[in-house]
Amino acid sequence: MREETPAGGVRSWPLVRQFTGRDKHALGAAALSATTAALEPRTATADRVVKSICPYCAVGCGQKIYVKDEQVVQVEGDPDSPISRGRLCPKGSATRGLSTSPSRLSKVRYRRPYGTAWEELDLETAMEMIADRVVATREATWEATSNDGKPLNRTMGIASLGGATLDNEENYLMKKLYTALGVVQVENQARL
Amino acid sequence: MPGLGTTLGRGGATTFQQDLQHSDCILIMGSNMAENHPVGFQWVMEARERGAEVIHVDPRFTRTSAVATRHVKIRPGSDIAFLGGIVNYIITHERWFHDYVVNYTNAPVIIDPRFRDTDDLDGVFSGFDAKQEAYDLASWQYEDLDMTGSAGRRMGSTVSGGKLVTHELSPSEKAAVDRPLEHGEPPHVDFTLQHPRCVFQLLKRHYARYTPEMVEQICGSPKEHFLAVAEALCANSGRERTSAIAYAVGWTHHTEGAQFIRTAAMIQLLLGNIGRPGGGILALRGHASIQGSTDIPTLYELLPGYIPMPEEGMTDLATFLYETTAKGGFWGHMDAYMISLLKAWYGEHATAENDWCFGHLPRINGDHSIYPAMMGMFEGSVKGFFCVGENPAVGSANASLHRRAMANLDWLVVRDFFEIESAAFWYDSVEIETGVLRTANIKTEIFLLPAADHMQKDGSFTNTQRLLQWHHKAVEPKGDARSELWFYYHLGKRIREKLRASSDPKNRAINELTWNYPELGALEEPDAHAVLREINGWGPDGKALDAYTKLKPDGSTACGCWIYCGVFKDEQNQAARRKPGHEQSWVAPDWGWAWPANRRQLYNRASADPDGNPWSERKRYVWWDAERKEWTGHDVPDFVKDKPPDYVPPDGAKAEKALDGRSPFIMQGDGKGWLFVPDGLVDGPLPTHYEPEESPVDNALYAQQSNPVRERWPSAINPYHPSGSATGADVFPYVMTSYRLAEHHTGGGMSRTLPHLAELQPEMFCEVSPALAAERELVHGTWATIVSARSAIEARVLVTDRVPDYEIQGRPVRVVGLPFHFGRRGIAVGDSANDLWSISADPNVHIQETKAATCDIIAGRRPRGPALSALVNDYRRRAGLPAEE
Amino acid sequence: MSGLYDETAAEREMATHTQQESRKGFFTDTTLCIGCKACEVACKEWNQLPADGYAFTGNSYDNTGELNGSTWRHVAFVEQLRSGALAAPAAPPPQSPAQSQSQSQSQGAPTGGHQVVHPDAGRWLMESDVCKHCTHAACLDVCPTGALVRTEFGTVVVQQDVCNGCGYCVPACPFGVIDKRDYDGHAGKCTLCYDRLQDGETPACAKACPTESIQYGDVEELRTRADARLAKLQREGQYTDASLYLRDTGDGIGGAGAFFLLLDKPEVYGLPPDPFDTTRDLGRLWRHAGYAALALVGVTALAALGTRR
Repeated sequence: MREETPAGGVRSWPLVRQFTGRDKHALGAAALSATTAALEPRTATADRVVKSICPYCAVGCGQKIYVKDEQVVQVEGDPDSPISRGRLCPKGSATRGLSTSPSRLSKVRYRRPYGTAWEELDLETAMEMIADRVVATREATWEATSNDGKPLNRTMGIASLGGATLDNEENYLMKKLYTALGVVQVENQARL
Repeated sequence: MPGLGTTLGRGGATTFQQDLQHSDCILIMGSNMAENHPVGFQWVMEARERGAEVIHVDPRFTRTSAVATRHVKIRPGSDIAFLGGIVNYIITHERWFHDYVVNYTNAPVIIDPRFRDTDDLDGVFSGFDAKQEAYDLASWQYEDLDMTGSAGRRMGSTVSGGKLVTHELSPSEKAAVDRPLEHGEPPHVDFTLQHPRCVFQLLKRHYARYTPEMVEQICGSPKEHFLAVAEALCANSGRERTSAIAYAVGWTHHTEGAQFIRTAAMIQLLLGNIGRPGGGILALRGHASIQGSTDIPTLYELLPGYIPMPEEGMTDLATFLYETTAKGGFWGHMDAYMISLLKAWYGEHATAENDWCFGHLPRINGDHSIYPAMMGMFEGSVKGFFCVGENPAVGSANASLHRRAMANLDWLVVRDFFEIESAAFWYDSVEIETGVLRTANIKTEIFLLPAADHMQKDGSFTNTQRLLQWHHKAVEPKGDARSELWFYYHLGKRIREKLRASSDPKNRAINELTWNYPELGALEEPDAHAVLREINGWGPDGKALDAYTKLKPDGSTACGCWIYCGVFKDEQNQAARRKPGHEQSWVAPDWGWAWPANRRQLYNRASADPDGNPWSERKRYVWWDAERKEWTGHDVPDFVKDKPPDYVPPDGAKAEKALDGRSPFIMQGDGKGWLFVPDGLVDGPLPTHYEPEESPVDNALYAQQSNPVRERWPSAINPYHPSGSATGADVFPYVMTSYRLAEHHTGGGMSRTLPHLAELQPEMFCEVSPALAAERELVHGTWATIVSARSAIEARVLVTDRVPDYEIQGRPVRVVGLPFHFGRRGIAVGDSANDLWSISADPNVHIQETKAATCDIIAGRRPRGPALSALVNDYRRRAGLPAEE
Repeated sequence: MSGLYDETAAEREMATHTQQESRKGFFTDTTLCIGCKACEVACKEWNQLPADGYAFTGNSYDNTGELNGSTWRHVAFVEQLRSGALAAPAAPPPQSPAQSQSQSQSQGAPTGGHQVVHPDAGRWLMESDVCKHCTHAACLDVCPTGALVRTEFGTVVVQQDVCNGCGYCVPACPFGVIDKRDYDGHAGKCTLCYDRLQDGETPACAKACPTESIQYGDVEELRTRADARLAKLQREGQYTDASLYLRDTGDGIGGAGAFFLLLDKPEVYGLPPDPFDTTRDLGRLWRHAGYAALALVGVTALAALGTRR
């Protein structure tokens, strides 16, 4: 497809190319730099392409995630999708930024009661502390029965909000765990 | 969505986006589809290019209006007047689809003689308890036959106005509850539709006053423009043509939002557009899996698959099943769905002897949705809170209340990609700025945990058309980032470990829970496929089930969400199917998997006439093949495959067998589309126009100003403006409405943080008409301050003719438009529109009213620090409201 | 406007590669644009261009303002509405049931005639602008370093590794498209995704466009498509103001690789009504001088080549 550009030697000199090729004004092939000549799209050089679905609205556009060296290098529409036919809106087109943004969190942050700054906390400790708090709050706020003695089996001391951007499998585990814990105040954006 | 669920049987879009290309007319209302669902909008453009009418009825002229064939303005919050006007037009001009209405809807059914309409009682229905601000639904029933709504409750208790209302059944009422259908029919019907108490006549009378003149007076939509819309819908419906309606949160964000949607469903039933190609109602959801998060609900009143959460007083499974099992249709198998769910959750521990562990489930007894929960945090009863991929400090009505509520917690877990406002409120918020909150005084212990994004995990989203689509993990999450699957699984494991040795009966529900999933890789990520397989369920042989019709009430099957049964058919992840669209029909049955049973167009038996033949060649979709004795067509038939059109249920038939061969709404107790809803909605069997909680005008139709059972939480932190002609209402003379922009996403966490989106809409702005700008001396491009009794925010001024002025009942009404995405964090920053809103909500679905309220607007930036509180307090004082602090 | 150039010569001049591809370009049909700006984002994502800034302009929904060195697609928004008149023409009179029955029974085809623009209501025009990839590209002609090149696809591309930031190209562009960037001093503009074209891929903006307002393809085919589109709109009485902009090869730039279907005069969208190649006279002088210089240098080079052999 592209003009053959010799890898080196005199024939790669622009002026020689200009004179010997079609490009007498040095506006085209003769003026191509080695970098230009070596251009290749990231979509072609990616290590793998993974099929995905856009995380923004509920249209459900197909996405193709291009990965190079374990980094997301490009996100585009999936032409195979019967819904989106390869197209994406501005948000869907910006998806790669979710992965590469410098402000994206990768470490746990902890703010102690009455604290004035974030502190670091390792994930293991954070998980253990959260589990302790769930158990303690549940214990302290448990409602076994209503005032007239009917079973309630619940805590009104814990609430949860979120789910509409989460996967079905995640919502399922959330609902299952919360219900088993007696947490009934489980809500998501469906109402917002 | 009870609006759709009660009327048609399922709370989901009846159609799919690609099918819009076959519409002859598309009404987009309560939605700005081109801006908020741009890629789905390609199918609207396809229809337009084929010659379809595309009508946008909206308070503003938006990017959707710009490419519609017709835009009609409507005052925010007046949609039922407009839609009711269309119902009236259809009936008055005899444009309804006779054969469809008589056979497929409950139009012929005769209603209880005790029923009184809003016309009789000046704005309320019979059964209204003014003291409780709640309805008793007894008088709305079919005569001598109590109908349970889809997955609804038997008469006897309803949560209305946020309260559990109980009703002692009289002997005749008890008999009506227990009476079965007679060969598929209720006991009293009039197929001539002439009986004064039949649904059709009630409907006709109820909407008689919704004339074009009344529409113009209430909605501010010019009469001739309203008539053009009504006529376009009628002209493009019938045997040969179909019209579709698309809506979004422009309809749900109201104190009677479910009724807005219901009115649209009624129009589609009257015109015969449900279940047919190019027809239907497309509910446009705003988040990747908002449909999924109601199907597998992170919602307080539901269990997976729209099984109701047990209420206080449902002491055993038998009581629960008696209250929730429908007379006919597939909700007649509540026992199979519920017991299979309990088997999925409690495995070997769930036995017939112990009521399948039904007793492990918690009970609800009121509105436990997020707003009451936030009130609980503010008041101190709620101690711990998980905020997972959501940003209430920006995205929820009366956002200040939410920030202050979270500042009163013992502990808070925020899981997100970025440090959003809901994680940073303790040092960066208006409340810190004004001194209402002080960092050093906030006790809340906060864990901000980084979340994995969709590229970093396996899982399925359910899109706006009930379609499950799998996304594959592309890369590993970075650092401490984890999926919610990981977080909840490992949190559950830790909690179980802590409680393992406990003999406390309340811990049995945790200790007996099935909680073992394969852990993959170094991060010990639970296998999402295994979770989806549990959702799908398995049979006695342990193999994945292929259909919910295989579920049994005997404990031999397990299923985590019965409507998703089939998604793991043949032990294959059907949601991950990706046969290219261009290799399939427009229905694309081999791409992903849609609930239920991979059906793409719901109620599609209605695409055939009562005898099973297509209504027309042009609109052929699903039909009865008399030779092969089965339903067939372009889609999976939404009907019992071999039930012939002339099937008449025998005596004693139950569930789907109790429905005859021409009743397409197989989730309804009587198989019919409900023009009149006897059960399932707590604010009326027929949609009725009320003004929003805060309105500049009085209700022109009834003395009852607003939805009488809307949910309210009046308090010093959540005051309401005087409405209509009440004293002090003129302090907030303008209407405000909030919305999204194409360039941003909800509370902004996933868009205001990204440079390429932030630069496109970089700052908070308000949209006002030239007349309003002149009235308040607002200068284009400079600043304005918008004031309510809750707060005041500042915004850049965009003066534009795209925001029309209205004349309502002879007086000018002007509108302030407010995008709600903005907040203090990220790149594109600004004040949050939600700071202005009060919390008042629809009583059915507890969704807040953020599409219509009142406000004032003044030129210039808002005051800083304590002066901001002083400004708001001054407005409160002038409006006769108590000042805060 | 016509006759400035010999079209054949123009086409011949564009063929600067021994392995010449058919000329590629964009046809942007503004009647299909929903103003979502997916093109702007997809472009910046693919070409890894930074945001330009975060300022509210007050210019309708346009906050990027213009095409420049780091914004290669730009959606213009033009509000043409009159206050209080935002609606459709008068409704047809209600029909009797009989009338409507017979109509809907007999007519299979849609009702048709989507008159989108209501003369009494106004409209909101949106147009995604881009480099025109002119047949006679002044930027290319004035570039002293050879950074700007004509590719085998007939497109005009800046080679970032060659550009020295002299900026001659900036005033030369009749559309104000090419621009020098503050952050690296180089000139920048749309490349029609030259790298993607190598692989037979569609340029990022056209691929993303949700409504096919941006159409990519062979310029000849796009011209045919545009002509058919215009004829259809005129035939059906829709968008009676529609016209094609830069589609004609006889205009001042010899036609463009990227051309448009507009609903109003070009200047309404901020486009020059009568653009011309700013080097159309200068260019000939330079070219002749260039040939002379080439002859000299070429002989020297050949001599060098000869000796190496």
